[in-house]
Amino acid sequence: MTGKGGTGKTTVAAALALGLAAGGHRTLLVEVEGRQGIAELFGLGPLPYEERRVAGTADGGEVRALAVDPELALLEYLDMFYKLGAAGRALRKFGAIDFATTIAPGLRDVLLTGKVKEATTRTADRRRVYHAVVLDAPPTGRIGRFLNVTAETARLAKVGPIKTQSENVAALLRSPMTSVHVVTLLEEMPVQETVDAIGELNGLGIPIGKVVVNAGRPPLLTGTKVSQAELRRGLAAAGLPTDRATVSGLYAEAKAHLTRRELEESLRVELAELGQPMVELPLLPSGVDRAALDTLAAELLGTR
Amino acid sequence: MDRILADLGVRIIVCCGSGGVGKTTTAAAIALRAAERHGRRTVVLTIDPARRLAQSLGLTELDNTPRQVKGIEADESGGELHAMMLDMKRTFDEVVLAHTDPARATEIFANPFYQAMSSTFAGTQEYMAMEKLGQLHARGEWDLIVVDTPPSRSALDFLDAPARLSRFLDGRMLRLLLAPARAGGRSMFSLVTASFGMFSRVVQKVLGAQLLTDLSGFVAALDSMFGGFRQRAEQTYRILQARETAFLLVAAPEPDAIREAAYFAGRLGEERMPLAGLVLNRVHRTAVEGLSAERSRAAADELERAGGHDATADALRVHAALAEQAVRERRVAAAFTDAYPAVPMVEVAAQPADVHDVDGLRTVGDALSQP
Ligand SMILES: Nc1ncnc2c1ncn2[C@@H]1O[C@H](COP(=O)(O)OP(=O)(O)OP(=O)(O)O)[C@@H](O)[C@H]1O
Ligand SMILES: Nc1ncnc2c1ncn2[C@@H]1O[C@H](COP(=O)(O)OP(=O)(O)OP(=O)(O)O)[C@@H](O)[C@H]1O
Ligand SMILES: [Mg+2]
Ligand SMILES: [Mg+2]
Repeated sequence: MTGKGGTGKTTVAAALALGLAAGGHRTLLVEVEGRQGIAELFGLGPLPYEERRVAGTADGGEVRALAVDPELALLEYLDMFYKLGAAGRALRKFGAIDFATTIAPGLRDVLLTGKVKEATTRTADRRRVYHAVVLDAPPTGRIGRFLNVTAETARLAKVGPIKTQSENVAALLRSPMTSVHVVTLLEEMPVQETVDAIGELNGLGIPIGKVVVNAGRPPLLTGTKVSQAELRRGLAAAGLPTDRATVSGLYAEAKAHLTRRELEESLRVELAELGQPMVELPLLPSGVDRAALDTLAAELLGTR
Repeated sequence: MDRILADLGVRIIVCCGSGGVGKTTTAAAIALRAAERHGRRTVVLTIDPARRLAQSLGLTELDNTPRQVKGIEADESGGELHAMMLDMKRTFDEVVLAHTDPARATEIFANPFYQAMSSTFAGTQEYMAMEKLGQLHARGEWDLIVVDTPPSRSALDFLDAPARLSRFLDGRMLRLLLAPARAGGRSMFSLVTASFGMFSRVVQKVLGAQLLTDLSGFVAALDSMFGGFRQRAEQTYRILQARETAFLLVAAPEPDAIREAAYFAGRLGEERMPLAGLVLNRVHRTAVEGLSAERSRAAADELERAGGHDATADALRVHAALAEQAVRERRVAAAFTDAYPAVPMVEVAAQPADVHDVDGLRTVGDALSQP
């Protein structure tokens, strides 16, 4: 799940993880930017680097959440291949891991996406542990670089296990198992970034899923254009004041609303032209609680 | 805003705030007004402006230096508007060039670590925005510099990122990596050597030997520039504390943005940086204060039942929704004004469409200057 900052990536990712857990499945909701957005959304304390149950569904499904810490992911990775043990911990203490993952952001990204791949393909009793893994990904401005792991690591690591690892991740990200959804609002900048990101991901051969138009408001106008004369008559019929200030004020408000709607409509057309499936989610005025997430999940998956 | 712009002692205005609240728009509107109405020779440093706004300001040439904006109405006032868009990588390159000889610089530019860091390091953009501000200030060609800040979730990043970057450039790991080189291959501290040996063995195993060579090359090259880097960042930080600087905090009337604004106001106080005011942007206000949401909605329902006045019913519903939104926004904004009652505040109405031309900027400028 990507999108411009603040458009609702975390909210929509959580709703999707919940929706996909329906039917008694287990899903994993992953965040990678160290913001503890999932914990905040579910009203929990900071999540450790550990898969934890954060929500259940009525039919026995569950959502687990994981906040990936790049340092710990690197240690885990090193341990898997090299059995470092105490030496690994010493490296961490010295700040070496922080250093390595900071100076080479591509390295950090391959660790983060590598962890997602591991969870996605993990099996127990010869069955996949997770029915689906939903990643609350970096925003549109960084998504191409983040998912294009091979290009970034190829610049730094020409041989060795990191290179192999990144090739495996890249293959998964370009397979039909992956789908990148883009969340947007009906505002100019988020729509522009959505268009740009989809172009970029297409160029990289990474499969794109839905365009999620979040926080839309229901139409208030039936479409008939109002005139000041009609307003005066209507207000009189309703027993409301018909002075000039009231009439011209209401007129100005209706006109501004219409302008806004027309702009939204043209942005909607621009999004539709991308040719991806589109889904619109309502603005939930009382904020995002569990019931709101369920509503969004039903809209997202068309199960309402 | 006019009071601030008329004060010739104010030579730098910094627009801060969390992501998407309108920092770039506000910065551009202020700079335009300063040039048109106050006759000031103004430069605005924008960061990642919306494409259409950039076009209207003539920001098509990406040469990382200000260009005069043509076609503004400044004949009478004698002001000028210059605008530029920050190019982060180029600014980093300029810093390198300023601190080292061309041969060394070429070597650094070719280093893959430098390439990664100058284009993707978290905080590089903030650091380079400060660097560019320092450069513009040093040129002394403008009597007002208006600075936009990078799009980040937290307004605090602008203040924190440069320190984080210089801490990093100056940090323990770098010194560790440099230790053998400095001591002619043998460090005085065996612990350091042992750790470094272990570090390099692991890096070599995982990433290959070439990477380590590149890394130490990068570190050694940077070593000669640390001092200069930090010094420049500190100088700019001091400019931000000076009386010639005014911080404007931009926020939208939404809980996250207001919370961020309050944090930021607190931080500015701690850093003794001058906060000139809060711009509450994209505010919704009704044009008919006397008509409540409830009454308006009830009337709409009634008209609909009776029939014949659907268009008025629609308009009344639009009004009801707007009135409710205005109440909600006031409540949200009060969290800031209650905590910082002494900070002046100005409201800018949400325009029906995005602001991407000079006319739109003038409208915002007018709103900013309401008494
Ligand atoms: N459909 C909706 N209705 C009402 N509020 C919403 C809706 N979607 C998101 N929000 C609210 O909008 C805000 C931003 O949402 P969220 O944190 O999911 O965005 P994000 O894209 O993850 O942001 P960031 O880029 O900061 O990570 C939150 O306060 C959230 O509760
Ligand atoms: N008062 C306003 N009314 C309507 N639209 C506005 C208003 N102010 C800003 N906008 C629009 O909101 C969008 C975001 O504004 P802007 O780019 O100035 O925000 P920003 O804080 O610089 O964002 P970022 O954090 O991404 O840099 C732009 O499309 C702009 O045209
Ligand atoms: Mg988020
Ligand atoms: Mg901006």
